[in-house]
This record gives sequence, C-alpha cells and structure tokens, in this order.
Amino acid sequence: MNIQPIFLWTDILLFVLLSCMFALVWHARRHEPLRAAWRQVGRNPVAMAAAVVLLAFAAIGLLDSLHYRERLPERGGETSAPAVYSTEVLSALDALLAPLRRNTEKTYSAPFARALFQKETVELDGGGQARIHPPLQHGARHLQAGESLAADVLLRAVGALPFALAASLLFALGLAVVVARARRCGLIEALRLIARGQTALAWRAALATSFLIAALAAILTALAPLYHVFGTDKVGQDVLYLSLKSVRTGLVIGTLTTLVMLPFAIVFGIAAGYLGGWVDDAIQYLYTVLSSIPGVLLIAAAVLMMQVVIDLHPQWFGTAAERSDARLLALCFILGITSWTGLCRLLRGETLKLRELEYVQAARAFGASAAAILRRHILPNVMHIVLITVVIDFSGLVLAEAVLSYVGIGVDPNTTSFGTMINMARAELARDPMVWWSLTAAFAFMLTLVLAANLLADAVRDAFDPRRS
Amino acid sequence: MSAYLLRRLLYAVPILLGVNLLTFLLFFMVNSPDDMARIQLGAKYATPEAIERWKAGRGYDKPMFMNTQREGVACLTDTLFVSKSLSMFAFDFGHADDGHDIAHEIRDRMGPSLAIALPSFLLSLAATITFALLLVFFRATAIDFWGVAICVMLMSISSMFYIIGGQWLVAKLWALVPISGYAGGLDAARFLILPVLISVVGGLGAGTRWYRTLFLEEISRDYVRTARAKGLSELAVLFRHVLKNALIPILTGVVVVIPSLFMGSLLVESFFAVPGLGSYTIEAIQAQDFAVVRAMVFIGSLLYIVGLVLTDISYTLVDPRVRLG
Repeated sequence: MNIQPIFLWTDILLFVLLSCMFALVWHARRHEPLRAAWRQVGRNPVAMAAAVVLLAFAAIGLLDSLHYRERLPERGGETSAPAVYSTEVLSALDALLAPLRRNTEKTYSAPFARALFQKETVELDGGGQARIHPPLQHGARHLQAGESLAADVLLRAVGALPFALAASLLFALGLAVVVARARRCGLIEALRLIARGQTALAWRAALATSFLIAALAAILTALAPLYHVFGTDKVGQDVLYLSLKSVRTGLVIGTLTTLVMLPFAIVFGIAAGYLGGWVDDAIQYLYTVLSSIPGVLLIAAAVLMMQVVIDLHPQWFGTAAERSDARLLALCFILGITSWTGLCRLLRGETLKLRELEYVQAARAFGASAAAILRRHILPNVMHIVLITVVIDFSGLVLAEAVLSYVGIGVDPNTTSFGTMINMARAELARDPMVWWSLTAAFAFMLTLVLAANLLADAVRDAFDPRRS
Repeated sequence: MSAYLLRRLLYAVPILLGVNLLTFLLFFMVNSPDDMARIQLGAKYATPEAIERWKAGRGYDKPMFMNTQREGVACLTDTLFVSKSLSMFAFDFGHADDGHDIAHEIRDRMGPSLAIALPSFLLSLAATITFALLLVFFRATAIDFWGVAICVMLMSISSMFYIIGGQWLVAKLWALVPISGYAGGLDAARFLILPVLISVVGGLGAGTRWYRTLFLEEISRDYVRTARAKGLSELAVLFRHVLKNALIPILTGVVVVIPSLFMGSLLVESFFAVPGLGSYTIEAIQAQDFAVVRAMVFIGSLLYIVGLVLTDISYTLVDPRVRLG
C-alpha cells in the first residue's frame, strides 16, 4: 500500500448525504405523486440542463472528497521500518490534476502567458543585468522561441473536440437505448425523438449541456498541463486548479449546512404546530430570539468563539487538513443553527393548517398517538416545503460562504474556496495593469454553480408547490 | 393602540433578555475570560500574572453569575453577567479593546451608515417595485420571460462582484467618482453615488422577482377584473389598484428592515472605506474585539424588534380594517 486513506468528517458526511439522496430517489420511484412531480421537473429543459451542470460540479466535489496520504519513500535500505506517510492530505482530484498542482510558477502570470507578469532583474549569460519578464517554468515551455502560441492553442483545442464528440455520442446512444425500450420503438426512431425534443423528459437539453461540458473538459485536459489556462496567482499556483478545488468547499457549505439544519427545523416546526400550548410558546420564543439577532453577527460571534477553541487546542488535530476540515464543519454547524428558524416557522404554519384537516382529526379519533400522527400524516405532507427550502437555500449558502470568508469568519485561510480566492485577488485590483484572472475565474465558476442551482430550484418549486400549479 | 404598543414593548423584554443571555453564554462560557486573555496576549506573553492584569484592566476579573465574596444585592450585581451583559440594557456598552467608548463610537458612525443605507433602501425599493410592475404589465410575453431570466442571472452573482465590478468600471476605468473614501457635509455626495448605485443594482434581481410573484398573485383577484371591466387602462389598474392592495405583503418585508438601516451594510462600507457601523463591525470581527461584537449583536436585535412593532403599526396606516388592541 503506497497510500493511506483519510476520512475527514466532511467527507463522511458528504457520502452519508449522497446515500440519503439515493434512498430518496428509491423512495420517490415507488410513490406516484412524487414521481409525477419529479417528472414535471424533468420535462423542463432548463431544469435538465441545470441538473447536468450540477451533476458535473458534484462529481468534482465528490472526487475531491476521497482523501489519502502518500507514503514517503523509505530512507536507506530499512524496509522493515514502519511506513511513514506524508503530512500532506491529498484527494483523488489532486491526483487527477497532479500536473496542475505541481506546475507552480514564481508569482503572477496571465492566462496562456509565456512569461511572468512582473519584470525581474536577471543576470545575463555574458555578464551584466537586464530587467525582463522572465519566462515561465512550466507554462508554454514546450513551444520553441518563434512558434505561435495562438496556433498551438487552437490546434490542441480543436484536436480535443473529437473526444468530446465521441463521449457525447456514446451518451446519446445510451439514452436512445433507454428511450427505445420505454417507447418500444427502434433505436433510430428513438434518436430522432431525442433530436426533436419529443421525449417525455427533456433529454435533448441534457444532451446538449453534457456535450458542452465534455467539450470544455476535453479542451482543458488538452491545454491545462501545458499552459496556465486561467493564469497563476500570487504564489504561482494555477488558478484553474484553485477554482476546481473551491467547488468542494462550496458544495460542502451548501449541502451539509442543510443536513444540520433539517432535524432542528422539522422536529421543532411540526412539534410547535401540532402540540401547541407551552411547547409552541417555548419553540416560538427560541426562534424569535435566534432570528432577532442579525445573521452575520450571530455567525460572527459563534465563529469567533469556535476559532478560540480551535486555537487553544492544537493537539486535537493531527494534520493541517484535519484542522481546516474541523473549521469547515463547524462553519456548517453554525450556519445551520443560525438558519433553521425560517424553515421552522414555515413548517409550524403549515402544520397548524394540517392539524385541523379531516384525515388528521379522524386519525386522532381512532386513537392514534401524537407521534404516529406526526410521522404518518403530518410529516409526509410538509415534505414539499422542506424540499423547496433545501434547494433554494443551496445557492444562498454558496454565495454566503464567499462573503463570510471575506469578512474573516468563513473557512480556514488554508482551505481553497471562492471566498478566499476573491479575498486574495481583491488586493491586486489596485495594481496597474490589473491582475484580473483570479477574480474572473472565481466569478465564472460561482456564477455557473449558483445559476444552475437557482434554475433547478425554480423548477423544483414549480413542480412541488401546490399553489403554483 | 397605546396599550397594544406597551404590551408589544413588554414582550420584547424577554426576547432581548434571551439574546443577552445567549451572547453571554457564547462569549463567556464557551471560552473563559482566561482563554480570551491568552488569545489576545499571544501564547508567548500569556503568563498567569499578565492574564490577571489583562482581566483586571478590562473588568473581567469577576465571577460569572454569583459573587460569593460580596454581600446583599452586590452578591448578584457585582458579576460578569450584570456588569458586562445586562448593562447593555442601559446602553452602557463599555470600552473597546483600543480604549474607545463603544457607545460614543456608535453615535459617531451612525450618520455615515445611514447616509448610504437610506438612499440605497429607498431607491432600491422604488426601482424593484417599478420593474416588477412593468414585468407584470408585460406578463406572458417575451419581455416578461427575458426580464425574469435577467433577474435570475443578477441573483446568481455574488454581491462582492457587484462592488468590485462597479469600483473597477465607474471609478477606475471611467474615473467618474473616487474609488473609496468618505467626507462629511455636501462633499459626501461624490463618495456616496457609487455605493448607493451598486447597492441598488445588487438587489435588483432578487427584489424584482419577489415583487413580481407578489403582484401576479394579486392580479388574479376579482377587484382587478372589476377595475378592468370599468374600462380603466392597464397601467391605472396596476399602479393605482394592484399596488395599493399589495401594500400589506410589501410592508411585511420592508418595514422590518428600516430600523436596521442604522447598522449599515458590512460589505459596501468595508469596500468603500466608509466610517460607518458596518465597517466598525467588520473591523471588530477581524481584530477579535469581543466587546464591540457583543454590543452590535444587542443593538441589531433591538432594532429588529423595533422593526417588528413598526410593521404592525404600518398595517393600521394602510389598511383601516386592521385594529391593534
């Protein structure tokens, strides 16, 4: 074994969440109303395209959640010595992106640059000094002095497209097989239906989006090892690598926070609504107190306190990665605890309405216990609110992470995230000429992620909200 | 009405007490004052004597809830909870780590905060409602579709990019206004235009979409059909009838934030170097000045509760059927 797998807390929780999602899919398949609602989401081309984009982001995030430590090479010939592992925690994504991770430059360089952004004084071979832009150590090194950079980039990009095309064709064929079996028609007929957008679910949109993603991935795979496609940052790290690493942080904040929040919101919300009396009073008091504190301040207060705890107990964490991970998880908990009040209030209101409906009254008349009524009759009928809130909150949380990291109460400065990227890049805006690429990369990635999440959230809300049919 | 107000204000007391207790627990129980001293002094200088000196200098050398060394009432009052936390009810916020009086600082910084927050709030309200009504006017047409699409796009951009983009475009490239800074008096306008503009644009997407849904719900009511049947023009229906009747849901979302305008905006003030309460809060967070953060938490929740009461009062003003009592 050359590697030692590492399970960070957020990794475990992410995979728990993933299995919960599979369980939900399995559950939804067996319930006709849920299937109908999801089918309505699937009929929406925009939602399908957004879902494909989100799946691509999720794949990046999950690859980045398989952590391990590399075994250090043995010193001398002592093969019997116990294995020593590097303190650096890597992920499967790091392994895939190894060239990007290793190709660090000295400092800033623009996208596709051949030389550093700043001039430096270098010693000339024949003696004397000159102030020039020193050539990069890795970016565009394969080019000869006179070779055109644009031609090389174009050639390689076009050369990568057939791979994307082939992958998309395979996907299209797979889809056609599924459609052909469902419709009991031939393969050609199925392909024609997909191309015309006449299938029950909007497969054409999904196919087009996945082709775009495949093309982008193929081009980046062809170019990224040779060039710094998005440039490099202050310490010479590849910005594309940083952006891809930031995806996981955004996903963790957007999903795990919800996982933390849900139990509080659901239990307190339906208990307050159904039981009434002093339970209702106590829960209402609790959430009024929490929601009367401005969100950022409550988060700031909690994060500051958590920082002190982490700073004073360095012995709890074996590696720097575990420490950053603990801070990320704590941030999710804090965001979750400060944000359950909104959903709790909605659930309480809905439960108050449901409580008076005939079927609940009937269940009570039959002598069903309160717990049984809450579980069998109330909970399934408020789940659409929970689902809608979860998907709507996701994009807000991804955006909030960036702001919190800017304020200094977000993720650990060692964790790569969109917030830390913006924070680093911001200081360089005053430079002339401007260092714009880190910001642009963070902007593009964040916009894609949040926009896809918002579009999917809209479709889910339209499908599940009974008031919007 | 006055009886109602009195009751509402009395109801606010237990909530503020809860906030007070919660912040006290967070700031004094999760980490003891000794831990704070250790962090502030740095591991190197945190000798037991230095910690005691640090605590004594800031009045942290007292027991939490019960002072057994004192007698009578002082047994309860000469404690951290009363001197550091309950005292905030009398607007006594104590001193920041740099020795400034927090209450004084807050009074000084309210003005600049309000100078940005109030125009941003009013303009943004007017802009979003107008755009929403326009979208409703063109409902089910291409304009509506693309309007909503643009709104979703605007919503998906982090507020930090609006600020950075605005500073770069307007202040740096076009050099129309200074990039950041603040001045008192009439000169302030030069510095305020850009932050206000950016706040308005940044809130446009989410706001317009929210009001559009609200107006669309309202427009399917019977009175709207009656108004149209009378022969009123669609614009008159929208701006005179629908807008008025949608005021209750609008007020629900709007009035509650008015008092909180005093707190300013964290991001805008910090990016534009405006000496308001928002940048004060950020500086305190970054310097780990817990006394200031505690004060801001208390003021923030106080203003929120005032906002809730104002919301109730505003209902009686726009809807004669609502009586508070």
